Amino acid sequence: MDVLELSRWQFGITTVYHFFFVPLTIGLSVLVAVMQTKWHRSGDERWLRLTKFFGKLFLINFAMGIATGIVQEFQFGMNWSDYSRFVGDIFGAPLAIEGLLAFFLESTFLGLWIFGWDRLKPGLHLACIWIAAAGTVFSAYFILAANSFMQNPVGYTLNAERGRAELTDFGAVLTNKVLMATFPHQIFGCFMVAGAFVAGVALWHIMRHPDRDADAFRPAFRLGAMVLLVAGLGTMVSGDFQGKVMTEVQPMKMAAAEALYEDAKPAPFSILTVGTLDGSKEVYKLEVPKLLSFLGTGSFDGEVRGIDSLQAEYQKTYGPGDYRPNIPVTYWTFRLMITTGGLAMLAALVMLWSTRGGRTPTSRWLLRSAVVLPLLPMVANSFGWIFTEMGRQPWVVFGLMPTSAGVSPGTTMTEIVLSLGTFTALYGVLAVIEVKLLLRYVQAGLPQLEAPADPDDADAPLAFAY
Amino acid sequence: MELTTFWFILIAVLWIGYLVLEGFDFGVGMLMAVLAQDDKERRVLLNTIGPVWDANEVWLLVAGGATFAAFPEWYATMFSGFYIPLLLILVALIVRIIGIEFRSKRPEASWRRNCDLAIVFGSVVPAILWGVALANIVRGVPIDADAEYVGGFFDLLNPYGLLGGLVTLTLFLAHGTFFVALKTVGDIRERAISLGLRVGLVAGALLTVFVLWTAGRDGSVAVWGLAAVTLASFAAGMLNAVGRRDGWAFAGTAVTIGLLVVVLFAALFPDVMVSSLDPVWSLTTTNASSTAYTLKIMSWVAVAFTPIILLYQGWSYWVFRRRIGVQHIPG
Repeated sequence: MDVLELSRWQFGITTVYHFFFVPLTIGLSVLVAVMQTKWHRSGDERWLRLTKFFGKLFLINFAMGIATGIVQEFQFGMNWSDYSRFVGDIFGAPLAIEGLLAFFLESTFLGLWIFGWDRLKPGLHLACIWIAAAGTVFSAYFILAANSFMQNPVGYTLNAERGRAELTDFGAVLTNKVLMATFPHQIFGCFMVAGAFVAGVALWHIMRHPDRDADAFRPAFRLGAMVLLVAGLGTMVSGDFQGKVMTEVQPMKMAAAEALYEDAKPAPFSILTVGTLDGSKEVYKLEVPKLLSFLGTGSFDGEVRGIDSLQAEYQKTYGPGDYRPNIPVTYWTFRLMITTGGLAMLAALVMLWSTRGGRTPTSRWLLRSAVVLPLLPMVANSFGWIFTEMGRQPWVVFGLMPTSAGVSPGTTMTEIVLSLGTFTALYGVLAVIEVKLLLRYVQAGLPQLEAPADPDDADAPLAFAY
Repeated sequence: MELTTFWFILIAVLWIGYLVLEGFDFGVGMLMAVLAQDDKERRVLLNTIGPVWDANEVWLLVAGGATFAAFPEWYATMFSGFYIPLLLILVALIVRIIGIEFRSKRPEASWRRNCDLAIVFGSVVPAILWGVALANIVRGVPIDADAEYVGGFFDLLNPYGLLGGLVTLTLFLAHGTFFVALKTVGDIRERAISLGLRVGLVAGALLTVFVLWTAGRDGSVAVWGLAAVTLASFAAGMLNAVGRRDGWAFAGTAVTIGLLVVVLFAALFPDVMVSSLDPVWSLTTTNASSTAYTLKIMSWVAVAFTPIILLYQGWSYWVFRRRIGVQHIPG
């Protein structure tokens, strides 16, 4: 283990951890806004109680998201200073704009929403959660613009004298074809997480406490399950588009996703392989003929390049070296992403069926599935990102900068061990706190509504207080 | 004006926004340990910053992001060089956020004590370290020909740097007490004012030595002038505190913190990080900057959105303008 490897572990651990909270923040902010809108329009108090219930869970999750988010911005400079010097002219701009346009909106309007129940007119208060939700989506767009540049650098020129990439066309960075595919895929992914969360929590309540607020949890469950299914279809369509872009701009990643070693025309889609982990020697394999050709090129007879021929080609282009990503990781995370996402959709279908016409299912398996359901799209998001980032290796910026060249030259072993150890331990403790708190407030159920305070009473208690 | 100079000023503005706003958040956090006498009072303190602390902290993220975008070399050298202090700041900010957000989510006294500990620790540590870091940037740190920081953590703990840390610590504490005086009613408000006056005396003494030292090192008339205005604004704030004009007392410390940043950035310009090894190796607004094209785009974004942000953030302060006391804390 050297500084480079530990820095990569730190980035991986802190980023995957941070990203447990991000999709739920993005998706749930919108779903809570939808619930409050339903109450606002109909006056039906069930939706108000659901808004407050899911709003509280949203905030517990959001707190963890912001707490772990600052690390993300700082560690580019702390652990990856040469990367920052190389791409700062391009990469810094979307990051700064994310803060300016998105984080200010989110933080200010969430503050107004949380504490403003008795301070703002209902319509204005409702607008606050919608504005905050819009902020979360802007944030996703700009950070994905930055990431898409790392996958497929566009709109830049190399300045040899200063040894860095320089921006020539910001429009190109903001319309990068990888971004155009990744953004919808990610947003749908966020809605899968939020839909599964709402559906799972609501179904658990319906089954566990059928006599307590089931009339409110039923519509919430349907809302969550439908959002999960629609978003799931959305991830499939956008994922298909993304696969074609990937085959074009990062063929090695596509080949690594499939552990496809030789060029194939047509290429089959591997469902699973039993044998060596990297799929090079197989004892048993299950595959769908021609499907990869279709996913990658749009034609059932299209050619998909294999790892070996790409490796040979990259050696010619970039010089001697190993240009293959870690194949077991890419091959299996790609499959696990699809499997966990698909399972979530399947579970939602079964759950919708078993609750049809107001039925209350009693199966213990279904109750357990309700608990597991929110985790499925969450880990699907993680697998997807581990695949995307590991599949780009050995590059930090594809074709321009190897990951090994990006690490901070001045960082000592002591520093990185200290920071990796600190974050791992701290994040571990926070995970326990967070899960306990979420479970406590999930189990507490819908809050009772309190009569609004007399607006003329200067000593009336706050509607919400820390 | 050169775009690089414009961005140097803009980054100073972002630090002013951050330290003025989160400065009183840190002060209020520290007051959890010294001013509040029971759980209700601690909750009063927490709720004075409840709706606004997160947006205040975003100023830091934007300052960091803007430095990355406009001066990548500065961002890279500073963040990799100040590794240990930034790690400490990150840990502090993380536990502080968790303490603030989760404190009232559980009723147990031991839980709340732990959260209070997290909030106090998470406020004291960054309040000191931001001062240490800013002072060292101006004073100069060992930076080599490759713009790499070659010193260690303890190189930052020199007398000038440590004094800078004590100045921000005490100034933020005084700033926080005047904020509490402005935002609360009842007994806690009275105690805040009298504590603020005592802390203010210490802060004023430290501030005087620090800005005069800074002006003396720099030697320019401009910095001497700014130093004088900084001290005058602090004195004006203190006089208003004595006269029980809460809003003006708070404005006094706010302007002082803003001017302190101006003094430091004025002494720094046109460098952005001074090399103590050889002035030729110092990072400057020109050799550390992004291209004119990037700066131009970023300028348009900043010019278009900063007024809107100030407007809605200001509005949120207006919405929560009412003073709070123990009677407003729900059971």
